[in-house]
Amino acid sequence: MDQLLQHLLNGLLLGATYSLLGIGLTLVFGLMNVVNFAHGEFYTFGAYAAFAALALASVNFFLAIPLAIVAGALAGAVCERVLLRPLRGQSIDTVMLVMIGLWIAMQNAELLGWGGVAKSVPTPFPTQPVVVGPVSVAPLRIFVFVVSGLLILGAHLLLSRTKLGRAMRATFQDRETAALMGVSIERIHTITFAFGAGLAAAAGALLGPVFLLYPSMGDLASLKAFSVVILGGLGNFGGAAAGGLVLGIAEELGAGYISSGYRDAVGFLMIVAVLLLRPSGLFARAERVG
Amino acid sequence: MKQGMRGLVVALIVAATLAAPASAQDAVKVGVIQPLSGSVAASGNYVRMGAEIGRDWINAKGGVLGRKVELLIEDNKSDPKEAATAAEKLIVRDKVPVIVGAWGSSMTLAAMPKLEEYGVPMVVETSSAATITKRGNPWVFRISPPSEMEALGLEKYTKDLGIRQADFLAVNTDWGRGAVGAFGDLIKRSGAKIGTAEFMEQAATDMNAQITKVKAGGGDTLFLTTSVEQITLVLKQAQEQRLVRKVITTGGSSSPTQLIKQAGPAAEGTYHIVFFLPWFPEAMPDGTLAKAFVDEWAKRGHPFEGLTEGFRGHDGVLTAVEAVRIAGKADPKAVREALWKVDIMGVNGPIKFEKDGPAGKESGQSKPSIFIVQVKDGKIALPAFAAKK
Repeated sequence: MDQLLQHLLNGLLLGATYSLLGIGLTLVFGLMNVVNFAHGEFYTFGAYAAFAALALASVNFFLAIPLAIVAGALAGAVCERVLLRPLRGQSIDTVMLVMIGLWIAMQNAELLGWGGVAKSVPTPFPTQPVVVGPVSVAPLRIFVFVVSGLLILGAHLLLSRTKLGRAMRATFQDRETAALMGVSIERIHTITFAFGAGLAAAAGALLGPVFLLYPSMGDLASLKAFSVVILGGLGNFGGAAAGGLVLGIAEELGAGYISSGYRDAVGFLMIVAVLLLRPSGLFARAERVG
Repeated sequence: MKQGMRGLVVALIVAATLAAPASAQDAVKVGVIQPLSGSVAASGNYVRMGAEIGRDWINAKGGVLGRKVELLIEDNKSDPKEAATAAEKLIVRDKVPVIVGAWGSSMTLAAMPKLEEYGVPMVVETSSAATITKRGNPWVFRISPPSEMEALGLEKYTKDLGIRQADFLAVNTDWGRGAVGAFGDLIKRSGAKIGTAEFMEQAATDMNAQITKVKAGGGDTLFLTTSVEQITLVLKQAQEQRLVRKVITTGGSSSPTQLIKQAGPAAEGTYHIVFFLPWFPEAMPDGTLAKAFVDEWAKRGHPFEGLTEGFRGHDGVLTAVEAVRIAGKADPKAVREALWKVDIMGVNGPIKFEKDGPAGKESGQSKPSIFIVQVKDGKIALPAFAAKK
């Protein structure tokens, strides 16, 4: 029983980070119809940005994270303006190829800039765990969990409650009509992509200190993000948030009770099952946007 | 202006193409395959730095066969597929007579068919999986100990370590799976109990599920076999879950100094099997050589924590070049024959190959020195039982 509780807690903490990774990807797909293969690279970018601010510029830990998010969003905005804007109206495959190119270019740039040796990010949190009954958890993990939850909630509110969110959803539902209603289409595209990149960078900045930083760290993050998005349904915001938690807990229980050697297989088997039985995702709704 | 630039570029290209064959003819090429990027990049880069020291020392003494030694270093990206590609590239394009590589067992195993296909020998400097020298690939010469040899090295200390029940946590590769088997046999022989054996993917970062499972088993010792990056994460996450175990890392790639730096208090008390003692170089079989290597490493500004990997690169290049010297020519077949005659002192100790694997197609296996150290008060120490023996 104690073991089960610890597994569930581990899965929840892990799942929240998967959710955060997934929502950025699903947003960009759902709203822009762009499959962002470079999503994991924005994650890496955010992690290194936080590291640079912390270790090189000695910025406070709690300031380094928002700085990394802003840097990630800016990088995303630049990519949108330079790479995606000229491709507007092109087929999704063309855009996909460009994003794969961006992924390779960014990863190699990180390798060139930071070298292949892993870096660890110092944090102000104590390493001693918080113990509650039979389970224990590191303070840093609690912080990451809370901030991830807040970011997901914030993203949801921005999309559903603000004028900007409405403009974003309107643009991608019907571009022409939205333009006629006075929405600046180009601006919305840039903001959406920057938003998705910023969320990935946030995940990187938060998880960098939990794990280690190395240039190929984004590959695993991308893989998990895509899994979450497929699980939750492409473009489904709530689905991605829930899908992350489901994936995290499934992996954790699979590793704990079936076999740790097949930990990733458990997650992928679940995805195969979902694709077979509910091809539009576990939490599919009629509408794809938002 | 534009014309002038073009002229300059053409001149440069001509100069480069003219210069290249000349230097290539002069130098004896040694191929090196290491993980310079990807999940185990730290280790691969340290081995590369050690290999460069080996090259520079040899060249400072006049090289080999009156020629300079040149290293052609390829990145296998911590990926077995890339290791095979790198081997093929070195053999076919660069025509190297001998290769040093390829760090991980799965990477080495992936490169091995290429050695047999083209007939080029490889000095294996790090890989621990037993299968490497058991597969009947006569082009493989290993200077690192297989896990079985490590387990034998640890055998005399099992009583002192007081192991009653051991669990295993290993990377899900040929190395990790091989180590679980080898150390499992050791535990069985010593009469202790075996708990669970858990595995993790090479790139995995969250090992909490495995740790929770190990914790539930109630053993007293945890054998940990993976790269320093994952050891760091496991130790940190084990601390978060209050897992109290005697941790013993195997494979010699734990870089205890880096662990102290990156895992901090979580590394306290852990034991590490290593094949080089940069903290006490005088305790090595050739203390003077070991000391010189440590000094040279520091002089180059390489991080101290890389030394437990770096010596492998030095010893690998030393072995490869010694074989070229004995062969008298940089020809792969002659170098393979010569590798059987190598008898030289490396940083780790004497290097001399014995036959291993199926008769008629034996691989070479050297008998390296094996040590165990412990992290004590944030420093590396020889455990009391090892110091007195």
